[in-house]
Amino acid sequence: MASTVTFRLAKPRATAPADAADLEPAWIRRVLVSVTLGFLVLFLFLPLAAVFVEALRKGVSVYLATFLQSDTLAAIRLTLLTAAIAVPLNVVFGVAAAWAIAKFEFPGKSVLTTLIDLPFAVSPVVSGLIYVLLFGAQGWFGPWLSEHHVKIIFAVPGIVLATIFVTFPFVARELIPLMQAQGSDEEQAAIMLGASGWQTFRRVTLPNVKWGLLYGVILCNARAMGEFGAVSVVSGHVRGMTNTVPLQVEILYNEYNFVGAFATASLLALLALATLGIKSFIEWRTQRDTAAA
Amino acid sequence: MSIEAKQIVKRFGGFTALDGVSVRIETGELMALLGPSGSGKTTLLRIIAGLEGADAGTLDFFGQDATRLAIRDRQVGFVFQHYALFRHMTIFHNVAFGLQVRPRGTRPDKAAIRDKVRELLRLVQLEGLEDRYPAQISGGQRQRVALARALAIEPRVLLLDEPFGALDAKVRKELRRWIRKLHDDLGITTVFVTHDQEEALEIADRVVVMNKARIEQIGTPAEVYNHPASAFVCGFLGDVNVLPTTGSVSAFIRPHDIDVLKAPDGAESKAGVVKSVRAVGAAVRLGVLLDGSAEPLEVALPGGQQDGAAFRPGEGVFLRFRRTQTFADGARNGS
Amino acid sequence: MAIDSIIPPAVPGAASAPRRVLPGFGLSLGYTVFYLVLIVLVPLSATLAKTATLSWPRFWSAVTSARVLASYRLSFGASLCGALINAVFGLVVAWTLVRCRFPGRRLVDSLVDLPFALPTAVAGIALTSLYASNGWIGQWLEPLGIRAAYTPLGVTIALTFIGLPFVVRTVQPILEDLDTQFEQAARSLGASRWQTFRRVVFPEIWPALLTGFALAFARGLGEYGSVVFISGNMPMRTEITPLLIITKLEQYDYAGATAIAVVMLAASFSLLLLINLLQRWTSSRHVLV
Repeated sequence: MASTVTFRLAKPRATAPADAADLEPAWIRRVLVSVTLGFLVLFLFLPLAAVFVEALRKGVSVYLATFLQSDTLAAIRLTLLTAAIAVPLNVVFGVAAAWAIAKFEFPGKSVLTTLIDLPFAVSPVVSGLIYVLLFGAQGWFGPWLSEHHVKIIFAVPGIVLATIFVTFPFVARELIPLMQAQGSDEEQAAIMLGASGWQTFRRVTLPNVKWGLLYGVILCNARAMGEFGAVSVVSGHVRGMTNTVPLQVEILYNEYNFVGAFATASLLALLALATLGIKSFIEWRTQRDTAAA
Repeated sequence: MSIEAKQIVKRFGGFTALDGVSVRIETGELMALLGPSGSGKTTLLRIIAGLEGADAGTLDFFGQDATRLAIRDRQVGFVFQHYALFRHMTIFHNVAFGLQVRPRGTRPDKAAIRDKVRELLRLVQLEGLEDRYPAQISGGQRQRVALARALAIEPRVLLLDEPFGALDAKVRKELRRWIRKLHDDLGITTVFVTHDQEEALEIADRVVVMNKARIEQIGTPAEVYNHPASAFVCGFLGDVNVLPTTGSVSAFIRPHDIDVLKAPDGAESKAGVVKSVRAVGAAVRLGVLLDGSAEPLEVALPGGQQDGAAFRPGEGVFLRFRRTQTFADGARNGS
Repeated sequence: MAIDSIIPPAVPGAASAPRRVLPGFGLSLGYTVFYLVLIVLVPLSATLAKTATLSWPRFWSAVTSARVLASYRLSFGASLCGALINAVFGLVVAWTLVRCRFPGRRLVDSLVDLPFALPTAVAGIALTSLYASNGWIGQWLEPLGIRAAYTPLGVTIALTFIGLPFVVRTVQPILEDLDTQFEQAARSLGASRWQTFRRVVFPEIWPALLTGFALAFARGLGEYGSVVFISGNMPMRTEITPLLIITKLEQYDYAGATAIAVVMLAASFSLLLLINLLQRWTSSRHVLV
């Protein structure tokens, strides 16, 4: 099964063999660790630290004041709304796709799997553009939409659509390999014991993939809340109306309101840290479950 | 008669797994489907269970046409090769599953389910393990949990796919005798798939020997062993020596159907030289090269060690064939 | 007829029990295809259809104007540099995480995914503030005559950040599965440390490294959010291709934007194809080991 992006749950593994660490002499290991830490501090830690330092540059009260502004609050509300629509839709899709692909044989399966990955290969800006070309004033459905006074582009529906597109594969691609690896013997056993399709899914399949599903959901959510390029194209940047949190960061930054921009960005950085934290937790859990087996 | 399959054909792409197979399973019997891998035995089992559909042929299931029966309604107890225990459920919930998923009207109440599960776990000698997870018990215990889970739905037939395949030699032997005893106690019609002839011959009432998508022979263990219907059956059930022949026939002799003599016994005996003497556990096996042949024959000495001490490699001996079996080449036993 | 013996007659009432044991195949596949067509395939084909309305000369001039060509050079060049940096350092990071025990290893391991999880706009403004002439890093580069922010170097830095996890996360599992026995065997046969790496280890991880490199490169080509802040967006100098699409859109030049988007789609789909082939290669090699 081909896949495009590697951001996925590390496969459960035994801790690295003890002898592996002894293979290289100490000085090589020290050099490797120093280079690694240096590179990661430069490219990961410093940018992350910069967000919080810049946000708190003028003190906690100025920092907190950012979140009382109505524009920021509106942006938070819109981001939450967008994620609340996009994530469940992609969860339903991901579960359906994984069930079809992992549990059945049919022609065209590998093509379907590749097509599901397609949105990851598309530039965020192009992901937004395709909806503009479909629903914008110049687009295929543009005239019909304006006739019926339906606004999709430069409005909330466009933001939601673009977000659904960019987060489309997350849940499916977590679940497909997981469900394939687990096979369908347990499901067949459940059916033979008299369980209905729904009972089989809910009581046998779902508990077996719950961690993978949760992981897919948090990734999907992180991207949905943080998407910038695609949403930027379709939003029209109407303050308090069509600005999501990342767009609000851009606006504040371009207005030289750096503290406001970084304070708002710090929310997204916390979201990212929480996502990584949950990921580590899930990996720890699955590893523990595997170790017990 | 409980199940009758007639002229079942099953293909997977270009591969023919079953090529017109017919078999009757009698109520209460313990039947073995025996054959090498790829012979179609597991496919036949899965078709009986409803896990596969046949491309042609009919399957009569306790007087009903199986086409009209959903898997859920067949009441088949199926034990998967690797057990397929629900890994996130305790042993208790695994066994209880078939009862808990019944529609509300026919579902026993909680206390009844608990009693039933306890009774089943006692039956398979796993009392006290209710709260363990499948990952926390041994292979032999998992096998018995799978069996208890299948028995919980009071199946009309019990189907076991390579039930001892994943176990080590010692556990296999214990478990197969235990399954025979369980079958005698419960009397449930049981079909199991195996590639191990010893297993089939030891515990089955009847053995179906399969090869290359067809049935070679159906019969009691004694019948198939002593009166094999084809060269394949003869060769697959136990050790045989292939005897040199002329024309389109094959001749076989089992190692224990050969007597070793120190002196010639008329025209019947053939001269040869002992090439090897091997003690295999309590038995002794000689390799004897007959004059004029290329491959030594394997001979099992009935007396074991004492007899073995009587022979030395390089010693001249005479062999007397008590019973050879000849088959026309390509002959098949029509089922 | 021979044919008759091959194809069995369709016997009425044949034992063809439900072909599929588990339920829900039609529903799940149907919904999957429906949703895929609705969300992904229709919008993408609408874009291609839109391009078809452009005449060839117009399309050609739209995708080859001097400003657009400059943007290709920047996007392509900076992505390539970023991916190369990541190939080298990503390999070191993966190697260290797998083979060295040091305090904080688990924390570092999970932090590697930060560029995946951190919204690109946040990364963009953070990197800009770091590399601006008065920033934590920029102030040290300035006296050396190196300007990072608002130059192609800044674009490369942003794309290095964005592509960082790809190489690490593709090489890491391969290294984890690589039995150290092979290396011990090579060493016992008298190979030097470097020979062992080059002739035993590197051939094993090479397909994965190439895949990670291609993934990082592909991601860099399309990246927008983390770059626009640090690049300065000067036409002909620091304007990346995705930004040019937005600029054209803001000028209501839908045809021009679409034409460039089609070029980008062609590039990303070719890369997707290449990566799929690479990954098939990786996994086939990996199974053999």
